[in-house]
Amino acid sequence: MATASAAANEQYNYDIVRKFTIMTLVWGAVGMLVGVFIASELAWPFLNFDIPYITFGRLRPVHTGAVIFGFGGSALFATSYYIVQRTCQTRLFGTGLANFTFWGWQAVIVLAALGDVLGYSQGREYAEMEWPVDLLIEVVWVAYMVVFIGTLMRRKQPHIYVANWFYLAFILATALLHTFNNLAVPISLFSLKSYSLFAGAQDAMTQWWYGHNAVGFFLTAAFLGMMYYFVPKQAGRPVYSYRLSIVHFWALIFLYMWAGAHHLHWTAIPDWTSTLAATFSIMLLLPSWGGMINGIMTLSGSWDKLRTDPVMRFLIVSLSFYGMSTFEGPMMSLKDVNALSHYTDWTIGHVHSGALGWVAMISFGSLYHLVPRLWNTQMHSNKLINVHFWLATIGILLYITAMWISGIMQGLMWRAFDDFGNLQYSFVESVAAMHPFYAMRALGGVFFLSGMVLMCYNVFKTVRQGSTGPQAVMGA
Amino acid sequence: MKHDRIERNVGLMLVLVMLAISVGGLVEIVPLFFIKDTVETVKTADGKEMIRPYSPLELRGRDIYIREGCYLCHSQMIRPFRDEALRYGHYSLAAESKYDHPFQWGSKRTGPDLARVGGKYSNDWQVQHLNAPRTMVPESVMPNYPWLLKTPLDTSDISLRMKALRVTGVPYSASQAEYQQNVKTFGEDVAKTLRIEDAEKNLIEQAKTGDYDNNPNDVTEMDALVAYLQVLGTMVDFKKFDDDYFVQFR
Repeated sequence: MATASAAANEQYNYDIVRKFTIMTLVWGAVGMLVGVFIASELAWPFLNFDIPYITFGRLRPVHTGAVIFGFGGSALFATSYYIVQRTCQTRLFGTGLANFTFWGWQAVIVLAALGDVLGYSQGREYAEMEWPVDLLIEVVWVAYMVVFIGTLMRRKQPHIYVANWFYLAFILATALLHTFNNLAVPISLFSLKSYSLFAGAQDAMTQWWYGHNAVGFFLTAAFLGMMYYFVPKQAGRPVYSYRLSIVHFWALIFLYMWAGAHHLHWTAIPDWTSTLAATFSIMLLLPSWGGMINGIMTLSGSWDKLRTDPVMRFLIVSLSFYGMSTFEGPMMSLKDVNALSHYTDWTIGHVHSGALGWVAMISFGSLYHLVPRLWNTQMHSNKLINVHFWLATIGILLYITAMWISGIMQGLMWRAFDDFGNLQYSFVESVAAMHPFYAMRALGGVFFLSGMVLMCYNVFKTVRQGSTGPQAVMGA
Repeated sequence: MKHDRIERNVGLMLVLVMLAISVGGLVEIVPLFFIKDTVETVKTADGKEMIRPYSPLELRGRDIYIREGCYLCHSQMIRPFRDEALRYGHYSLAAESKYDHPFQWGSKRTGPDLARVGGKYSNDWQVQHLNAPRTMVPESVMPNYPWLLKTPLDTSDISLRMKALRVTGVPYSASQAEYQQNVKTFGEDVAKTLRIEDAEKNLIEQAKTGDYDNNPNDVTEMDALVAYLQVLGTMVDFKKFDDDYFVQFR
């Protein structure tokens, strides 16, 4: 890790990190607000108001795009640019190119959302953007690769720190996944409409190879990179095990790419593909928990920090949710469990325990560590960080509990037979049974969104009292 | 090789990461393009393909289905379970979505599966339900879609759409030779609907004779969407096959 004297002479590019940090918070608030709104539409459908631009079907991708790529993406850009500079002890490669990644990425998020509400969608989950936006993503991503790898090549430290292995894998994998999943034929160069190159079963496999690894690399491997820097930094302790980090890194990035077809169990794909995906999904539990253990055990000898430091609380609890989700996921990948869970709200519950519990919370903890350093000050209010932590935790628990109950209830109702061998319930009876849980889930979202808004306020006040002058090296 | 060596060499790390992340996709996806049984062969007694590409009107309907994000609440993939057989019909074959660019199997059932909704409800029911779901199903949480009846269908780019799909491999015909091939594969009735040069004509004719939205004089977006929904799951006549004939393909 950097020694104070070496780092003090370097001028790091913190401007780009600040820009992305602000947008992380903006997209977080926007994306979660849309999330609460669409959750409410399911509980109270009059909220669609007969307006085409805000129906659930058109707004849902606005929500997923804003939270995954807007909030998550900006957090990754911000932290990867910060971490790669400080661990390589060199200024970010390509200031202009890095700026292009910022403006380009913001344009991607805005254009994607506009396309969704206006009805320009490819019909692929988490990849709804039509072909011109896909091309923009490709260009921005190549620029990102050049900036990140260029910085690694210029490093003053001979060793590449572990966080950067995870970011590197995420950047490369995203390029691969995005390129192949979006292969399409536009109907004309002057039209936004295109048709996917693949069809049917092959297309399903391609989409879920992409979709699951968007989770595996964009939402997991990359955020593990974030974790590997901010947890030891905040704890003031080294990472628990170097050897474990090596083993779980290679196992994780290798195994994840096989698991995608667990989204397609019992569908019209060949049995062998399904079985292979299930097997690898179970194996994936090990390197995932390797990451969780390495992160949590880093606190070994400083457990008291959990009582006193709400930032530490965010970071460690996020790892607990990570462990929970990466246990639930492999369980749901078993074909017999999946026979019940597929198509139900249980999947949604699982997604959000990972997205809110792991991704959002590790981002919150990391940003609370980062913001004071970027603006040469203390956080405006430590107490509000604590309030945020409890709002977030309560929100998550309400959300996932509601979805566990509704999801399993749906699955059981659909497969229930009466004494005469007929189906017990009509489909719409299961819809009616969902209502209270849709309301409960929306409430959970309100709690989580409130925490997000509180963070925006806290950071806003912090930025106002801070400065962006010559960087003092704060607690390196 | 000691890991230390990889950590000191960006190029080496890059190459090894690319190798590690490429294997899964190669093993699981590439073979599906070459293993013939991945997509079942489903033919009539006189050798004609049962599954055909969408007609121009149905295709526009499908595009509207995608535009409105219907796949986010409705699946189109029936699983081989007894309860699904009773509720929805025969489990979905891979062949039934072979011309679906992109596939729309869905991942959530906020509403029911639609893989075999074709013919299950009358045109009137479909129109009324799409226009205002709660008038037909009071407990539904589906949004109203009143603009479908009020919006004329934009047919100006139908041949561009079919041409693009032809590039992806859907056998819409652009020449006499391709048309003749389609007559052999699908029979003359179907082959006529696949001719790109007749697309707009065929579209308007189907909207008139189908009379989906009770107004044969205008072709609306509702016509297209209902035409699409009414064809889903109807192409394979499962009565012509033994009950477990298709299991061999899984």
